[in-house]
Amino acid sequence: MPKRILALSLVPVALLALAACGDDDDDGDSAAQGTTTTAAAEGLPERIVSLSPTATEMLFAIDAGDQVVAVDDQSNYPEEAPRTDLSGFEPNVEAIVAEDPDLVVLSEDTGDVVAGLEAADVGALLLPAATTLDDSYDQIEKLGDVTGHADEAADVVQGMQDDIEEITSSLPEREGEAPTYYHELDQTLYTATSSTFIGQVYDLVGLENIADAADDGSGYPQLSAEHIIDQDPDLIFLADTKCCGQTAETVAARPGWAEVTAVRQDHVVELDDDIASRWGPRVVDLLRTVADEVARVPA
Amino acid sequence: MVRAERLGAGWLAVGVVAVLVAVVAGVAAGPVSLAPLDVARELLDRLPFVDLRSGLNERQAAIVWDLRLPRVVLGLLVGAMLAVTGSSYQGVFRNPLADPYLLGVAAGAGFGATLAIVSGAGTDVGFVEPLPLAAFAGALAAVALTYLLGAAGDRFRSPAALILAGVAVASFLTALQTYVQQRESDTLRDVYAWLLGRLSTAHWDEVRLLLPYAVITAVALLAHCRSLDVLSVGDEEAAALGMHPKRTRLVVVIVASLGAAAAVAVSGLIIFVGIIVPHTIRLVAGTSYRVILPLSLLLGGAFLTLVDLLARTVVAPAELPLGVVTAFFGAPFFAVVLRTSRRATA
Repeated sequence: MPKRILALSLVPVALLALAACGDDDDDGDSAAQGTTTTAAAEGLPERIVSLSPTATEMLFAIDAGDQVVAVDDQSNYPEEAPRTDLSGFEPNVEAIVAEDPDLVVLSEDTGDVVAGLEAADVGALLLPAATTLDDSYDQIEKLGDVTGHADEAADVVQGMQDDIEEITSSLPEREGEAPTYYHELDQTLYTATSSTFIGQVYDLVGLENIADAADDGSGYPQLSAEHIIDQDPDLIFLADTKCCGQTAETVAARPGWAEVTAVRQDHVVELDDDIASRWGPRVVDLLRTVADEVARVPA
Repeated sequence: MVRAERLGAGWLAVGVVAVLVAVVAGVAAGPVSLAPLDVARELLDRLPFVDLRSGLNERQAAIVWDLRLPRVVLGLLVGAMLAVTGSSYQGVFRNPLADPYLLGVAAGAGFGATLAIVSGAGTDVGFVEPLPLAAFAGALAAVALTYLLGAAGDRFRSPAALILAGVAVASFLTALQTYVQQRESDTLRDVYAWLLGRLSTAHWDEVRLLLPYAVITAVALLAHCRSLDVLSVGDEEAAALGMHPKRTRLVVVIVASLGAAAAVAVSGLIIFVGIIVPHTIRLVAGTSYRVILPLSLLLGGAFLTLVDLLARTVVAPAELPLGVVTAFFGAPFFAVVLRTSRRATA
């Protein structure tokens, strides 16, 4: 997701987004976007390279960590993942091949890296950013199949589903209007609408997104500060604490923000950017953080 | 030949009216609809000895005071700076494509801002925001480097040598900036958020930072209108008329760079304003710098404020990047001006 934000911030792309305004069918295919595998080696992979932090978390969660020989520089979880200088932003086929992998897992085909790996006779598995929880489950199961850990993968998925069920069912009954929230991606007020993966997580606990009116089809619009203050969200979630150093204090110090309900009632939540931008098993942790905060909001 | 023209009362009135229209529209309209009368009452209420109840609640009052007004004021200042420094550069280098970011201002500011972000200095909530200061320092350092290089490479300090030195410095600093940014990809988002031109996070702090430089730059450049007119005929002719072309050029370059650096430090890169506004004025109002410079200040500010109004209302409550809007509306407008004025003079 951070990369999508990045792409969105680039003016030429923003121009395209402008042209695509009012187009509402374009996210349909990204929901259906499947996984792509090429030239898989025979037998189970023994030397996996992951260039996707989410895939790294999934691989270790399904006990396939022993087969992973290298992960990219952003794959900071779990701790034991063999982090290297490899970059998922600017993948370098030569550097990847130097790890002698039999399978490379990535979330984006930047610079035709998949074709490059194919040419080098290395299998590639593309697991793009999930747009629904089901996408996420599918990717975990796919990794289970490919690595020979199908049972563990099924357990992980089942565990996630059970946890989510438990968290959502333990929320107190709420009468009246649903609390509103604003999810911040960076301090220039890029946000995620309820149509995105993260937006659906908030849906699970019955929160209402203040950015939906601004959705430009991408799901990641840049809001005007006026709109946020006018909408007066009950909760603010910061997914820009690590990248951009935002905290409850910096938000409260922004001119005009002190009057916002979330700030006045101390409901500005500092999320871990990484957990909030990945679609792996730790989405359960995110949901728990969000649910705990929702429980603190008076009905 | 220089047409010795003065700024007529008619064009001055056009400029002042444009600024007033921009300010009123910019404050009255926005993604959140507030009754214009309430906004007016709210503004008047803050004047001494005036006590009016505006009917706006605290959040709405904050929208007017803390978001809209500083954004409008900053738009005026940044637009004025970009246009007036753009026209000065065009005059001093006799190059119609010169823009405020010539001589490495943009690349220097980008490098300074990136270093501040990567080192974590950009996140302090202190008395002064370190980020714009780092950008400002970077921009000034780049211009100084350009000037040293241009002066060393060419004993006569011709305009071309300076521009070429600027290209070299800008390329080098951009390379450094990209390298640092790639090494620290955690901070990519923050860097991009800064690099793109924006007024969306404008506050009074930025206004306070820019204002003194804007005033100095505006006054100093306006004092050089006549010199720029003389310079436009050529260095030798100017010297024959008793001027010091090199000294004049140095002063104008320093002052304009100061203004451009301060503008880029608070708003990031906003392209196009520094070229389109001065040339539009040349085409419709006159080619004397006694006309171009004051009108650049007024119309540059009004143009950017109005364009920013579009940026925040067209897809409201979302925002459009300012650079997209300046080019989208600016380019066709400029094409029309170019065509009609050609016909008129042909």
